[in-house]
Amino acid sequence: MMFIRVAGMAGALAALFVAGSASAQGAKPTDPQIAHIAYTAGQIDIEAAEQALKKSKNKEVVAFAKDMVRDHKAVNEKALSLVKKLKVTPEDNDISKSLSQQAAQKRAELAKLNGDAFDKAYVANEVAYHKTVNGALENTLIPSATNPELKDLLSTGLKIFQGHEQHAEQVAADLK
Amino acid sequence: MRRALAGPTVGALLLALAAGSARAEVIEIKAEKLVFAPAQVSAHVGDTIVWVNADFVAHTATARNGAWDCKLHPNMIGKITVAE
Repeated sequence: MMFIRVAGMAGALAALFVAGSASAQGAKPTDPQIAHIAYTAGQIDIEAAEQALKKSKNKEVVAFAKDMVRDHKAVNEKALSLVKKLKVTPEDNDISKSLSQQAAQKRAELAKLNGDAFDKAYVANEVAYHKTVNGALENTLIPSATNPELKDLLSTGLKIFQGHEQHAEQVAADLK
Repeated sequence: MRRALAGPTVGALLLALAAGSARAEVIEIKAEKLVFAPAQVSAHVGDTIVWVNADFVAHTATARNGAWDCKLHPNMIGKITVAE
């Protein structure tokens, strides 16, 4: 139940986690939904990074944001070509919608901050967001995925995003 | 896609340079699915280490605390032990 404790955007994924526990009753997300959730989660982090690139003057934060844009774009391009190949149409769903909604809220919140306060809040959210998404990937999305190629890409994605989580933790420690 | 780690072309160049020393070996470390393999390397002075990236995201081999990791994904780690 770690998701419940994580603030902000974690809410939607907490809902996902609950949906995951209900999977015994057959409430697992489908491959088209999983593809949509994973793509949306990546897109959210790209947008968060783009906001940081506009607002931050901290070298380490800017470098981190550029890394996020590059990696998440690379993963999402892979995801797009995979769904095309598999002839899967990503399907919008409540989790994706709720993720986008909460991301918009977070962006508005961060938009009001500047300088050190912005940098710290952005990086703290990156730690929390990656932690939450990684938990959802590990506990719900990867186990629910039925197509082996989708499962494989999600698993590689998880390792990349676990790297981001650690990287964000290092940046957060440097900002203290 | 731009890659931070040496590709096959750079690898070949390092091989040519390393050929100068009779004992020198070229040790290849692959980065694949966010894992360095091998992650533990024993090398001799004069050997050449070549990192090859098989992933679709960029990696680095950045020295840290007597070992190395990927600056972008610090969950990727490795260590080289050097003997004279």
